Amino acid sequence: SSWWSHVEMGPPDPILGVTEAYKRDTNSKKMNLGVGAYRDDNGKPFVLSCVRKAEAMIASKKMDKEYLPIGGLADFTRASAELALGENSEAFKSGRYVTVQGISGTGSLRIGANFLQRFFKSSRDVYLPKPSWGNHTPIFRDAGLQLQAYRYYDPKTCSLDFSGAVEDISKIPEKSIILLHACAHNPTGVDPRQEQWKELATVVKKRNLLVFFDMAYQGFASGDINRDAWAVRHFIEQGINVILAQSYAKNMGLYGERVGAFTVICSDAEEAKRVESQLKILIRPMYSNPPLNGARIASLILNTPDLRKEWLVEVKGMADRIIGMRTQLVANLKKEGSSHNWQHITDQIGMFCFTGLKPEQVERLIKEFSIYMTKDGRISMAGVTSGNVGYLAHAIHQVSK
Amino acid sequence: MAASIFAAVPRAPPVAVFKLTADFREDGDARKVNLGVGAYRTDEGQPWVLPVVKKVEQLIANNDSLNHEYLPILGLPEFRANASRIALGDDSPAIKENRIGSVQSLGGTGALRIGAEFLRRWYNGNNNTATPVYISTPSWENHNSVFVDAGFKDIRTYRYWDAAKRGLDLQGLLDDMEKAPEFSIFILHACAHNPTGTDPTPDQWKQIAAVMKRRFLFPFFDSAYQGFASGSLDKDAWAVRYFVSEGFELFCAQSFSKNFGLYNERVGNLTVVGKDADNVQRVLSQMEKIVRTTWSNPPSQGARIVATTLSSPQLFTEWCDNVKTMADRVLLMRSELRSRLEALGTPGTWNHITEQIGMFSFTGLNPKQVEYMIKEKHIYLMASGRINMCGLTTKNLDYVAKSIHEAVTKIQ
Repeated sequence: SSWWSHVEMGPPDPILGVTEAYKRDTNSKKMNLGVGAYRDDNGKPFVLSCVRKAEAMIASKKMDKEYLPIGGLADFTRASAELALGENSEAFKSGRYVTVQGISGTGSLRIGANFLQRFFKSSRDVYLPKPSWGNHTPIFRDAGLQLQAYRYYDPKTCSLDFSGAVEDISKIPEKSIILLHACAHNPTGVDPRQEQWKELATVVKKRNLLVFFDMAYQGFASGDINRDAWAVRHFIEQGINVILAQSYAKNMGLYGERVGAFTVICSDAEEAKRVESQLKILIRPMYSNPPLNGARIASLILNTPDLRKEWLVEVKGMADRIIGMRTQLVANLKKEGSSHNWQHITDQIGMFCFTGLKPEQVERLIKEFSIYMTKDGRISMAGVTSGNVGYLAHAIHQVSK
Repeated sequence: MAASIFAAVPRAPPVAVFKLTADFREDGDARKVNLGVGAYRTDEGQPWVLPVVKKVEQLIANNDSLNHEYLPILGLPEFRANASRIALGDDSPAIKENRIGSVQSLGGTGALRIGAEFLRRWYNGNNNTATPVYISTPSWENHNSVFVDAGFKDIRTYRYWDAAKRGLDLQGLLDDMEKAPEFSIFILHACAHNPTGTDPTPDQWKQIAAVMKRRFLFPFFDSAYQGFASGSLDKDAWAVRYFVSEGFELFCAQSFSKNFGLYNERVGNLTVVGKDADNVQRVLSQMEKIVRTTWSNPPSQGARIVATTLSSPQLFTEWCDNVKTMADRVLLMRSELRSRLEALGTPGTWNHITEQIGMFSFTGLNPKQVEYMIKEKHIYLMASGRINMCGLTTKNLDYVAKSIHEAVTKIQ
């Protein structure tokens, strides 16, 4: 008999399951609003021009394939820190930070989680917003931490339950870990306004919490990299030494290249060196050292003035298309004669939109209209185009009128 | 501001092999030689991007239909199937019977880690942190960390290297297997044992397999040098395939870092061989969950290169050729070093240098002699006496041989 007879079949991934079902559907009008990867207005994957240029430059240099250091490509990690913190950041200029290359957002979160499990002895509790990205929970759990929640999304208004969040966060035991989405909250698309961020920073500081920022959409949310990093920078300026996971999957379209970074803001450069040494000890038994290809592309883009300029234009282009689709969806819903308030669709930001649709309505969208999304009513705006936004509005109206 | 939460974080010691390279880089002596980290070097002492890899990268770059979309969680299908086929053989009964699975991983390390994480959760019942894990002594130093960090609480060693006779301590190895608790996990080097370069013969592998079968020990192969060791893919996979033919369920962590020279692209594969398709499917579904919380999905560039190469008969032949080039140069350096040491009359026997296989050689130099080599001769090698044969070139052979001779005769 087998060693594995007792191994249970793992449940299918809910998000990927959506794409599987979409692929099987033969309806020509079908729409995939499940997984969060950007699509252009023709519904096609988009390889940024600055990425192609960077790739051509790299190919012409004929570099070797030697192992990267455990902490990754130095030019990349430095540029990544600067992008997040801002070139004028005191924390950046003083060198009181360490940034290591991670396997996109997931890998960077995981390094952080493992680091906390090993060195953050004050608490085992990580507080996530309700709801959060589905993968946050198993990442922290597998790292040996426990999950708690604070109120965040208000389903009645499809917007931020700010007073609920402040109330809950004010009660979090001191020295616990709190995870915040820096911008373009996944899955709701609901972000605090700057005034609200200021208040959150005050509460967090009062409770002496360890802040873990997840920033997977810098530039991709508003189209402005500085605006999207405002919360992270504000917290640091307030004296909160945050830890941060970054992803370049969406904002540079480098999904499959797995480009990310994990940063710890420290008291001083000496502490940063000690922390760095421990991060390496964690990374080595996971995968030894990170993949080069994507980091090289990202590094070239961030560090070459012309390419960086081009990137900023392109990431704004992606953000603008999404914002445009939000506007068009609301306009089309009005045209369909929907009497509901769909303002949250344009109030929300980033790739995802929490429509407010109920599971039964989602079921109908899938079965009757071949429009695929996750059961929680989340749609990926990236899957909406000027060609299908009318059809989407029509379908949503049909199931919600 | 309150004291930092990280104020008490101690400074961790650097990973030895990388510190060695760092020290080598800072050394200004013109005679310096780096016999430390395990990466192939040409006779000019340069890294070597395989010609077939350059060709395939060009094909990929010219292919406008390719993009940077996410790979599936378990990796690129064409890569997974081909990678496992390379390890198990085209005519593998396990493949024919559809009872194998593959997980594209970040290098050999990543494959080991995913396998370890799975075993800790699912082997021999649930939550098996107490299952003894046996690692050869010596072994690649990261093996220990992989299994410790995966949560195993009882890591043990099995005898392997006989320092006195400079060869395999087969009796010690078999003894340790007899005494190991049933169901223990054993990490086996498929070929080109790191760091000793000493492999069991086919006959010895048969003896090992017999004990493991009788005592229900789980084989977890680490295959980082297939093709690179002897120059023949099939020969280097003999042990893994023998175990499969003997009906074992096993894991094999494969690395394409060395045999494809794709070090920094992190190309690896965890091959799972089970009793039947149903078992393997359930195992993979659970491995998927582990992958999802570790890196979500693997990097695409390296997998594309390997998949493209392995699925084209012509490119595959070119690759085998490139691999043989590397293996042959290593074999040449082995015989050249040995003959020089013997010509110098260096005390001791040196046949182990040609009898050992793969990238590394356990010279037998003790820590004091190693220190002499580094400090006085600017020749960098691991404290264990391990040298990377790839660091030898026709230009530095004489210097290295003379230095070893000095170290052995001056230092005890």
